[in-house]
Amino acid sequence: MLVSLKWLEQYVDLQGLEPAVLAEKITRAGIEVDGVADLAEGMKKLMVGEVKEKVKHPEADKLNICQVDFGEEELSQIVCGAPNVAVGQKVIVARPGAHLPGGKIKKAKLRGEVSNGMICSLQELGIEGKLVPKEYSEGIFVLPAETPVGADPLEVLGLYDTVLELGLTPNRSDAMSMLGVAYEVGAILSEDIKLPELDYKESAEKASDYLKLRVDASVENPMYVAKVVKNVKVAESPLWLQQRLMAAGVRPHNNVVDVTNYILMEYGQPLHAFDYDRLGTGEIVVRLANEGEKITTLDDKERTLNTKNLVITNGKEPVAVAGVMGGLNSEVHDGTTTVVIESAYFEGLSVRYTSKDLGLRSDASARFEKGLDPNRVIPAAERAAKLLAELAGGEVLAGSVVFDELDKTPSKVIVSPDFINARLGMKISLDDMVSILKRLKFDVETANGMLYVDAPTRRQDIKIEEDIVEEIARLYGYDEILTTMPIGESTPGGLTAYQAKRRIVRSYLEGVGLYQALTYSLTSDALSQKYALETASVTKLLMPMSEERSTLRQSLIPHLVEAASYNVARQADTVALYEVDSVFLGLTEEGLPLEEEHVAAVITGNWLDHAWQGEQKKVDFFVLKGIIEGLFDRLGLADAVAFERATVAGLHPGRTASVLLNGKRIGLIGQLHPTEQKANGLKETYVMEMNLAAILEVSTEALVYVPVPRFPSMSRDIALVVDRSTAAADLEAIIRQAGGTLLKDVRVFDLYEGDKMEEGKKSVAFSLQYFEPERTLTDEEVVAAHDEVLKALAEANAQIR
Amino acid sequence: MAMEEQLNLLKEEALAKIAAAANSKELNDVRVAYLGKKGPITDLLKGMGKLPAEERPKMGALVNVVRQEVTEVLEARAQLLEEKAIQEQLEKESIDVTLPGRPLKVGSKHPLTKVVEEIEDLFISMGYEIAEGPEVEKDYYNFEALNLPKGHPARDMQDTFYISEEILLRTQTSPVQARTMEKKQGAAVKIICPGKVFRRDNDDATHSHQFNQIEGLVISENITMSDLKGTLDLFAKKMFGQEREIRLRPSFFPFTEPSVEMDISCFKCGGDGCSLCKKTGWIEILGAGMVHPNVLEMAGYDPKKVSGFAFGMGQERIAMLKHGVDDIRHFYTNDVRFLSQFHRTEQ
Ligand SMILES: [Zn+2]
Repeated sequence: MLVSLKWLEQYVDLQGLEPAVLAEKITRAGIEVDGVADLAEGMKKLMVGEVKEKVKHPEADKLNICQVDFGEEELSQIVCGAPNVAVGQKVIVARPGAHLPGGKIKKAKLRGEVSNGMICSLQELGIEGKLVPKEYSEGIFVLPAETPVGADPLEVLGLYDTVLELGLTPNRSDAMSMLGVAYEVGAILSEDIKLPELDYKESAEKASDYLKLRVDASVENPMYVAKVVKNVKVAESPLWLQQRLMAAGVRPHNNVVDVTNYILMEYGQPLHAFDYDRLGTGEIVVRLANEGEKITTLDDKERTLNTKNLVITNGKEPVAVAGVMGGLNSEVHDGTTTVVIESAYFEGLSVRYTSKDLGLRSDASARFEKGLDPNRVIPAAERAAKLLAELAGGEVLAGSVVFDELDKTPSKVIVSPDFINARLGMKISLDDMVSILKRLKFDVETANGMLYVDAPTRRQDIKIEEDIVEEIARLYGYDEILTTMPIGESTPGGLTAYQAKRRIVRSYLEGVGLYQALTYSLTSDALSQKYALETASVTKLLMPMSEERSTLRQSLIPHLVEAASYNVARQADTVALYEVDSVFLGLTEEGLPLEEEHVAAVITGNWLDHAWQGEQKKVDFFVLKGIIEGLFDRLGLADAVAFERATVAGLHPGRTASVLLNGKRIGLIGQLHPTEQKANGLKETYVMEMNLAAILEVSTEALVYVPVPRFPSMSRDIALVVDRSTAAADLEAIIRQAGGTLLKDVRVFDLYEGDKMEEGKKSVAFSLQYFEPERTLTDEEVVAAHDEVLKALAEANAQIR
Repeated sequence: MAMEEQLNLLKEEALAKIAAAANSKELNDVRVAYLGKKGPITDLLKGMGKLPAEERPKMGALVNVVRQEVTEVLEARAQLLEEKAIQEQLEKESIDVTLPGRPLKVGSKHPLTKVVEEIEDLFISMGYEIAEGPEVEKDYYNFEALNLPKGHPARDMQDTFYISEEILLRTQTSPVQARTMEKKQGAAVKIICPGKVFRRDNDDATHSHQFNQIEGLVISENITMSDLKGTLDLFAKKMFGQEREIRLRPSFFPFTEPSVEMDISCFKCGGDGCSLCKKTGWIEILGAGMVHPNVLEMAGYDPKKVSGFAFGMGQERIAMLKHGVDDIRHFYTNDVRFLSQFHRTEQ
């Protein structure tokens, strides 16, 4: 909402406050002022002149050489490029030394002809092109003939004004009118309101002689008022009216349309003007449209309607879409003489539906949607009649044609001062409360220690006790509110076990060198299941903004790979990222997708890079596997985790494994398939993703210390030659199984697959530790246990070297 | 030659060789040669049997004196040589200490996580729990239970990604509040809800279709607006510095009444006005209010008996303000040059 302070002053005394000070007061009381614009900013020394002569520029087709009179001894020569410049016009001139928003004006030569400044368009005065009246939008603005030469055009145009831009919250639709703002400012400044004048002379003829009205949809249209004005002369509006509309962000058209728009801004009540003769039937019937019924609206577009759209008809065909847009067939035009003014109350939901349906939103529909003040339907119609009589020479027919089933009673709220103070934690006196409500022009009475409040109908947002609490608080001032802390039972608070462990997982991963990434949950259909640990039916948006963000993901890996690719493309030689976030799988009984929290990581580049000492190590499978093993160790689950060769689409078939927790597959790890790496501009890149929820739900036992061994252990090494496909983990399992209780630790310490081996074979060496915490082992015991190990290995076709 | 004379000669010879020994090996050779079991001094002692009995003690003492003297000189020389050897080794081992150290791999939290954990920990210390909920929500919890029935004009404030008519991507973390209240069945509530939310916005420097909020909710008997102000004041000082002042401005949210927005005094200019605070001296931080009675009622609370406050803010906004980040997209691009700036402490 744009509020011209000059206009506002018609209704309320602004006490001479600086605009910025007033803006601050309005903001602090509840309506945020988003901008304060001085309309004359950057302009000075402009002058009104009269064009006395005009000749074509000899060198340039589009330029005219004008002689302009400023009431001085001599005429001044100005070259003008506007197509509409003409002799006899009163024009706005920026003479040398003048300032315009575009800069300072200097004497110039245009194609050899001296120009003492320029004749201005409204755009050159900082007015938006879309607000400039159509006939002047491509050229200079022409002032009324009676404007005195030498006058200050800013004064003539009413541009010594400031406009406040209000950012209105949906509850404050009352401030979508100048009167509403006036009431708000009046409450803030403790000033009274001066209402617009509604008096005019009625003709002897009655409106009801001209017009019949029937409303067939009283739910959608509970109130309809029409007035008829005869002998109207459609013309340009007076300058003051045009200026007010432009300041409010509305383009002036002609006096009839401008009056309806002026009242829309003044009262917040949308009006519509029909050409009575074009209406043709002397009848208005309001009804719901027939399915498929057509109307061509003012914007010259044919619209097909349905039975939820409310229309105004002439009894035969639609002449307007109620509250949304008028029809072309009944539009007021230059030759219009009799005008029907419609002031109606259309139900917000109905207008909202239709305006969305037709894709037509306007200042009018926005106000209907938010809900009008039912008590302004009639005054707005009267005000329009008065202005048409004054500005368009109209003759107002007596009375109105009215349909009225609208409830106009104010909402009553009964509230106790104690309740108000209890909510605020304050001790505001009853007198102060009453005085605030009176400043707001609420009807208030006190009885039995209670406040009986009748909220005016313009404040549709006031319905319950809490609304009164807010009105009191905002005008009393939030600065006056105390600062206390909630009292009552103290709660321990804290993280749940899951939340605490999740933090541990994150800090572990950060500690081993990974940065936490955040990527988008929405992805493309193609990526939604790529690399997924498990898949289920996908969840898609009804109306995505793009295919790229249309589907909820089931794997975190694709976006992490994108992030790695993004970094590598920007010269990062190493990228190590992890993410903890949900994936969305199928549907639960509640009808929502199962949101499963996963942890995923991507690593590429060098894991170790200490160049000047010549130490550099590329990331490999075992770097990432080590990170995973370390994580399970950190969570007390080192013994519960295992890795098993696996294949996953998009990953290297020979370098991919499932992560098993207590035998259940809960994750995957692998190298990106070389073709995927290439497609993403990546070198060797490893990824992993695990079901974090499944990991964190495994509870671990209390940590009890195991005695530190006091007796030495005995170590035995075994080198085995086995098939290349034999898994080291399987060999280790055989060794552990056969080694019995004395065998406490088994570790791979060497692997050889080089050309000294027989084709298809490899050598794996294990180091075995035997010990007993409470005594020294004898050689015989160790030999016996170790022989069992060797025997078991031989049985498993492992060749002992 | 008399034995004594012989002894002195041996001594002079040994001392000369000790002095000439250039390293511990040569010195050891001297030790073995003169003091060893097969050395000349031992031989002399062995030959004492041939002397008259009365000369033997005198001669024995003399041999011991010489032996002692040679040993002492030898030990002194040994120590000297060892010190010299250490010195040489140290010189050889000297390094350029200004060369860079071996870098340890370090990662770090995402800046938004950093902000969230800081806020969480502050409120945990005041007895709050952390509540979480689904990101794909029912229209009911995201809107209706929060006093936003279907067709409510305020629904325009948030453009929503719908999955179906009744299911959507949550546009705010408030549905977690609605779900928590429902679950608590009338008991007191004190929670912080951090989480991801979605709106139909084109991604640019100040908008993101996915972003994060963090909200708080307290419900109990006698909760007042002053309690809200006190809590927010503490929060502002903790997050943005002890000198911060707060101010509340009336605002509108469908689920609170009264509703306010909280500004803090600008931490860049201290309130004098600068580009960060758009010359106002104040920076908008969050929205808050007293829980609307309709919201309480829908969750099974009696608004005549209990009251509550709620507040909520955008994580990105807090992080952008705290760290001077100028483009919201940085939080989702995962540029390592951005992420790596957030691992250090600030205190
Ligand atoms: Zn500042």
